Amino acid sequence: MSESESTAGYLDMDLLRFTTAGSVDDGKSTLIGRLLYDSKAIFEDQLEAMEKSSKSRGDENVNLALLTDGLRSEREQGITIDVAYRYFATPKRKFIIADTPGHIQYTRNMVTGASTANLAILLVDARKGVIEQTCRHAFIANLLRIQHIVVCVNKMDLVDWSEATYNQIVDDFKKFASRLDNIVEITFIPVSALLGDNIVDKSTNMPWYQGPAMLYHLETVYIGADHNHVEARFPVQWVIRPHSDKWHDFRGFAGRIAGGVFKPGDPIKVMPSGFESTIKAIHTMDGELDEAFPPMSVAITLNDEIDISRGDMLVKPNSTPEPRQDVEAMICWFSSTKKLAGRGKYILRHTTKEVKAIVSEVKYKVNINTLHKIEDDLIFNHNDIGRISLRTSAPLIADSYKANRISGSFVLIDEQTNETVAAGMII
Amino acid sequence: MAQDYTITHLKQLESEAIYILRETAAQFEKPVLLFSGGKDSIVMAYLAKKAFWPAKLPFPLLHVDTGHNFPETMEYRDRFVEEMGADLKVASVQKAIDEGKVIEETGPYASRNGLQTVALLEGLEEGQYDAALGGGRRDEEKARAKERFFSHRDAFGQWDPKNQRPELWNIFNGRKHHGEHFRVFPLSNWTEMDIWQYIKLENIELPNLYFSHERDCFVRNGVIMGITDFMELLPEEQANIKKMTVRFRTIGDATCTGAALSTASSLDDIIAEVAAARQTERGTRADDKRSETAMEDRKKEGYF
Repeated sequence: MSESESTAGYLDMDLLRFTTAGSVDDGKSTLIGRLLYDSKAIFEDQLEAMEKSSKSRGDENVNLALLTDGLRSEREQGITIDVAYRYFATPKRKFIIADTPGHIQYTRNMVTGASTANLAILLVDARKGVIEQTCRHAFIANLLRIQHIVVCVNKMDLVDWSEATYNQIVDDFKKFASRLDNIVEITFIPVSALLGDNIVDKSTNMPWYQGPAMLYHLETVYIGADHNHVEARFPVQWVIRPHSDKWHDFRGFAGRIAGGVFKPGDPIKVMPSGFESTIKAIHTMDGELDEAFPPMSVAITLNDEIDISRGDMLVKPNSTPEPRQDVEAMICWFSSTKKLAGRGKYILRHTTKEVKAIVSEVKYKVNINTLHKIEDDLIFNHNDIGRISLRTSAPLIADSYKANRISGSFVLIDEQTNETVAAGMII
Repeated sequence: MAQDYTITHLKQLESEAIYILRETAAQFEKPVLLFSGGKDSIVMAYLAKKAFWPAKLPFPLLHVDTGHNFPETMEYRDRFVEEMGADLKVASVQKAIDEGKVIEETGPYASRNGLQTVALLEGLEEGQYDAALGGGRRDEEKARAKERFFSHRDAFGQWDPKNQRPELWNIFNGRKHHGEHFRVFPLSNWTEMDIWQYIKLENIELPNLYFSHERDCFVRNGVIMGITDFMELLPEEQANIKKMTVRFRTIGDATCTGAALSTASSLDDIIAEVAAARQTERGTRADDKRSETAMEDRKKEGYF
């Protein structure tokens, strides 16, 4: 391939963000290590550093987990504590992996990693089948509205490449998944991450499997419909006023499109004020655009002078979200030092807006292993997931999380410590 | 809807960085952009220009000047700042040394790299900046892989990797107590390759140190170092000075930034070289080789 060709290809690539949840035992690190290594995202000096520290720890093989577990305390304890982001690219796509620990005490890390992912890889050990952890990961992926799930049935080499074992896992998972409502697509792939079967190349050990290898699937899964392109949403981040002679009257509303498609001439409505106008132009430093859609960052000018500031949202008059001060949501509680209880007061950050919020009702918690509701213990400890109602000090211009991940999500912040204590998905 | 509404991955990264830059301007009272003259900070400053265009940058640039710069870096810096119409502040390590606030390492292995942290924290305090935008990327080094976009620092400028705020969707929590500040990394999700491809796509001018040139060099601990006025050479190093054809993959303090043998003289050459590279760019940084968690340790103390 010539240089210009490689550049041309690079400029054409799109981006897939995926999350992997699981423990070292599932072969997660081996899987990630192989994807990184085979796509040349691991470099010699990193490999040497890993070999050196594997040896000094007494590990027999190169411990690929050392690549992701970079923090001193993680290396000492041999565990991943935090979300680690990893990058690799093939000629078709660039990939961002949010690598999160799988144990239940790290649910909040899984939720964090899942919040920006298009796809989730759930690792199943073929010898163990669908276990509690698999269901928990599937539940979180579904809660965070990851639309594409890959059930990666690993360690097929240890079950003699058995089609029957694989089919049993597929059936068990499908039975469980029928209770999940958001997932658009589930793909099952039998692999051996250790031996490389069905990771980059199709396995010759499982002729009964007709589907794609993992990498091919990651490269080709269609994610063009993951954003909401119907209901126009533009949270205003910043108002650009140049105060220069050339741009004397310029007032550009800067932000990142959260939903829908905006075009010059389109009628818009400013929320919550309700004033209406039309789009004069959509600006970038590279020139004006004919249309803008998620996740583009642009500046919009209007044909009328309206008072608009950060926290307002531009929408279309024909699809206006109802401003609401009472919010029902699923939340995941993050704080390890404070608990959530009824009447608790927090700062709520939603798109570019910040308001105060009080917990008006705690409805239930979810046992994320069985999906059963817990109604007799309503105190949220860290990693707890459940449903609450909030009353806000000012109206939110929000959608349901199901309709839009950006305008349907929020975080709660503790007023004293300023820590982010919860993530919320509006119902 | 028949139309396919997608944008390329570089445009997604650009859009994300612009979003972060605007959030920083909106959430903090007095942000500053750390500008080293290296390619990452150049790309970050360029993206800042895009984020606020047609207005000027709503924050100044801050150069932490070790005093050990390649002259090319300084020429480039001054020209770049002028073309941007930006406001440049300088935090000087030399000044900190002169004022007796830090003691300089001596001997052939002396580096001012550690002193940068002092000058940086002083510079931030002096300007009362509450957010410092840095060009750090998560793919650079393992301790950076867990860094947040909005990275909280306590009143001593320290980073606590075990107690970081979770970041979900595109909601960033920049709330802080008096005296605390944030480091913000808009390029978190970029790789070295992304940076180079973007430089090419946008036709961004770089300091010529990045391109292959001839230079008097010597080798220390397997790293090729350029000869500068600031470095003391061991006798055997002195005896083995050679003219080499090199380029720099990162640009930092001249005393600890190694060069790589290279004939790459254009962006296309560099991109081909990066694509074929088997060493990370920080592989030539002597400062990272001091220990396995050298970067984490420096970051905890307040390094970039």
